[in-house]
Amino acid sequence: MAKIHLKDIAHSYLPTPAGAEDYALKPLDHTWEDGSAYALLGPSGCGKTTLLNIISGLLTPSKGSVIFGDDDVTQKDTAHRNIAQVFQFPVIYDTMTVRENLEFPLRNRGVAPADIEARVAEIAGMLKITERLDDRAANLSADAKQIISLGRGLVRSDVNAILFDEPLTMIDPHKKWELRSRLKELHQQFGFTMVYVTHDQTEALTFADKVVVMFEGEVVQIGTPEELFERPAHTFVGYFIGSPGMNILPASVSGNKATVGTREITLGADYGTPKGKLEIGIRPEFLKLTSGDDAVIDSVEDLGRHKIVRLTFEGHAVAVLVPEGDTVPTGKTGLMFDPMRTLVYCDSHLVTGAK
Amino acid sequence: MQKKLNQKAWFLVLPVFLLVAFSAVIPLMTVVNYSVQDSFGNNEFYWVGTEWFVEILNSERFHGALGRQLLFSAIILMIEVPLGIWVALKMPQKGWGASVCLVLMALPLLIPWNVVGTIWQIFAREDIGLLGHSLAALGISYNYTQNALDAWITVIIMDVWHWTSLVVLLCYAGLSSIPDAFYQAAKIDGASKWAVFRYIQFPKMKRVLLIAVLLRFMDSFMIYTEPFVVTGGGPGNATTFLSIDLVKMAIGQFDLGPAAAFSLVYFLIVLLLSWVFYTVMTARDGDGS
Repeated sequence: MAKIHLKDIAHSYLPTPAGAEDYALKPLDHTWEDGSAYALLGPSGCGKTTLLNIISGLLTPSKGSVIFGDDDVTQKDTAHRNIAQVFQFPVIYDTMTVRENLEFPLRNRGVAPADIEARVAEIAGMLKITERLDDRAANLSADAKQIISLGRGLVRSDVNAILFDEPLTMIDPHKKWELRSRLKELHQQFGFTMVYVTHDQTEALTFADKVVVMFEGEVVQIGTPEELFERPAHTFVGYFIGSPGMNILPASVSGNKATVGTREITLGADYGTPKGKLEIGIRPEFLKLTSGDDAVIDSVEDLGRHKIVRLTFEGHAVAVLVPEGDTVPTGKTGLMFDPMRTLVYCDSHLVTGAK
Repeated sequence: MQKKLNQKAWFLVLPVFLLVAFSAVIPLMTVVNYSVQDSFGNNEFYWVGTEWFVEILNSERFHGALGRQLLFSAIILMIEVPLGIWVALKMPQKGWGASVCLVLMALPLLIPWNVVGTIWQIFAREDIGLLGHSLAALGISYNYTQNALDAWITVIIMDVWHWTSLVVLLCYAGLSSIPDAFYQAAKIDGASKWAVFRYIQFPKMKRVLLIAVLLRFMDSFMIYTEPFVVTGGGPGNATTFLSIDLVKMAIGQFDLGPAAAFSLVYFLIVLLLSWVFYTVMTARDGDGS
């Protein structure tokens, strides 16, 4: 077992990248701690799979190096890295039985037959597929196939990280939840490092110790689900995480005051006079409706546990989360910002103010 | 409610019945009709029963042609199928190279049979043909009009040149349907090139390969035009395959009865062998998806 260090890596699919926009993966330096579960979250085409393929060795980065423990594996091919990968499509070898599928990676590596048998029996027990070992793999359901793909990774005793590339996309919704909890269980049992690519925030947040949020080829924040919720480092994180996402309003900032349109908002810290494109961000959870006439209510969505109130404030659309039981006025309403929860973004990145 | 039986619907399928009748059933039945009768011209026919069938099945001439035909089909299948798979595996899957290769591969298939025959007939000629003349210049004795082996080699190479593309294109289509993830997973599993072929590429190609083998078998078993143009069935009877022999019998000698019996036996052999191929190649598929 070893930690994985991505040292100053960047990747471009073009042979001679010119500017930053030519990079599918912008410069990144990050260490994946041994035994943690990471989720790689971002919209389609943001470079998640590129990053994953660099770790697994299917892709060699244009710049930087990949270090497993103390070992530089940048130039090593996939078969010689201690990595397993589960793909979006369940990949199984159709002509083989389940047992032969599980044996395949070991046989290719010339493991002794007795060891193969023991190892396959052990893994089949853990995955609870012992009684299906002699079935033809082609006839299984998609979720069972995905379990076998995972099994082919686990069966190798040298594997210290398993990469998942949106593994639940092809699975029926009711099986998704089941499979996800199985994965989590196995992770706790085996203690391998897990990197899990997804564009589904619920999946990422329930699954991972740490979430890596990517946007346009750039890692914009790495943090626990709590950090992502409370202090998004980038307006994209604020918008992408949470339902509904963070309200981002263009503003001017001076000291501990922000001005949106004609309305002045008190902030929880002193920001001086920052330069750049300024915005303030506040989660719908931290806005309160008061008496007043700051905003016009457009619609109310009642979700049972809470209501989402959509309103127009100084010409901008704003969402407010109102707890169950609170009444929502009609027409005009006042809007109160929680100063400690109102964050300031300069050129989309979070600014830290002085207390 | 009792549904009223409406027989008028039969009228709607009548055009198709007519079409099939005139294009298949009536010609076939005419052949069946000839095969059990003898004629002496003047449109006089006499019932002879199974006599022509017995004669054909016992004739040296038919045995010879059938033997040559089976050998020819076996040889070209053994060359074209592995070669086609190999070429398909080597072809680029993406980019402009893929399009160029596909066009090049399709070219031989677009050339009319008798033109292919003419091309090779001239190409292989000892006096003016590029191939024949070059071989002669190198001191290799080669003459497809006199030497039976040379004639066979010429006809086989011509068929390989003409039809391997079909196998290639079908296999290529099978290969294109394999998602990248399979190759990536195989890499991670440490699979060798052979294992990738054996467990990923070949199973995905199997279905199209079945079609390729059937098409190539049927086509080669019925080959007529190309050897007719190049060798005319000679030297002697060396390249007289079933179709060539049949045409000689039916049109050359005007033996309608024996030729009709020949046709029916020929048809049944093609049908039987195709069924055998299909059964053998799908036998292990069984419960597969």
